Amino acid sequence: MSDQKQLVLKREWCKGCGICVAFCPTKVLIMDTDYKCTIANIDACIKCGLCELRCPDYAIYLKEAQDEQ
Amino acid sequence: MEPSKLIQEYFRDANLPHIWCPGCSHGIVTRAITKAIDELGMDKDNTVIVSGIGCSSRAPGYMAFNTVHTTHGRAIAFATGIKMSKPELDVIVITGDGDASAIGGNHLIHAARRNIDLTVIVFNNNIYGMTGGQYSPTTPTDAFGTTAPYGNIDQPFDILKLAEGAGATYTARGTAYHTKQLISYISKAIKHKGFSIVDAISVCPTYYGRRNKSGSGVQMMVWLKDNYVDVKVYDKLPEEKRAGKFVYGEFYEQERPEYTAEYQKIIDRLRGEV
Ligand SMILES: Cc1ncc(C[n+]2csc(CCOP(=O)(O)OP(=O)(O)O)c2C)c(N)n1
Ligand code: SF4
Ligand SMILES: [Mg+2]
Repeated sequence: MSDQKQLVLKREWCKGCGICVAFCPTKVLIMDTDYKCTIANIDACIKCGLCELRCPDYAIYLKEAQDEQ
Repeated sequence: MEPSKLIQEYFRDANLPHIWCPGCSHGIVTRAITKAIDELGMDKDNTVIVSGIGCSSRAPGYMAFNTVHTTHGRAIAFATGIKMSKPELDVIVITGDGDASAIGGNHLIHAARRNIDLTVIVFNNNIYGMTGGQYSPTTPTDAFGTTAPYGNIDQPFDILKLAEGAGATYTARGTAYHTKQLISYISKAIKHKGFSIVDAISVCPTYYGRRNKSGSGVQMMVWLKDNYVDVKVYDKLPEEKRAGKFVYGEFYEQERPEYTAEYQKIIDRLRGEV
């Protein structure tokens, strides 16, 4: 079920606070040279949704597979 | 890239990104409210969100409900009027620690005393964020603010004890870090019939953080993680481990006659008599 979810970054809304990077349990995310979030290691993502839960700017989220249809 | 389903459904996403500073927790708490509303399957048209003035009170401007952005400290007064005129509406108040407990403190205690069916969510960042970091009634003793350059000599309010003492019938505290628990308390507070209040601990890295050398939004969130303990765990901790800890959780729940229902009884009685 959960592996049908896709991690989506809405980079233009990211203000670079680093909260998602700090609290991702499997270190999927990094801050890039513009000091914005970047998905660096998607294979490690366990689709827990903690980044979405705590992103103050709604810039990262898990998209359900059926959302695309 | 489009925003998430939740944001599309419950936010005026054309107004986003919001004005809050990088690392400010107000965005986390605002989303938590919409998540609770979504899980409860509430009708947006039947839901009213009322705020006062402050960074926190800007939240309803981003929320796709019936919203009212009122004057400083008066959110609960406006919400009382709305609820009295149409008791079938679900009325949620978004307020700050300054808005709710300083200028609006009197409205808070009297709405609690009446046990009117409002849900109050206090975005408590222990400071007046919007106006540049003046201390509020929840600023800890010895903390710094622009109006306490040598440290705050006041004792802070525990907003939940204040509300409980005044007559609130549901009280809980969550934090921006302990977000899942926060969502569940907001959900319980909305469902509760009577005056309910959630003290949502938020962080203001810009004014509280800089003044108090608390670091970035991340560092302030780590502080919440390390220093807040679930009240159920706290109660079992030995005395020496409790020192310096703060508690989140549900604190009080009771049933008591609700104000608009009591008022309706009078209307019904008098109508029956004419
Ligand atoms: C009658 C009145 N007095 C004072 C102000 C100035 N003022 C605006 S916001 C604010 C404090 C906001 O603090 P809080 O409610 O904690 O919200 P935050 O910005 O921290 O989220 C004050 C004093 C005002 N707008 N109206
Ligand atoms: S001043 Fe503080 S409360 Fe206001 S948006 Fe910035 S961080 Fe948030
Ligand atoms: Mg405040």
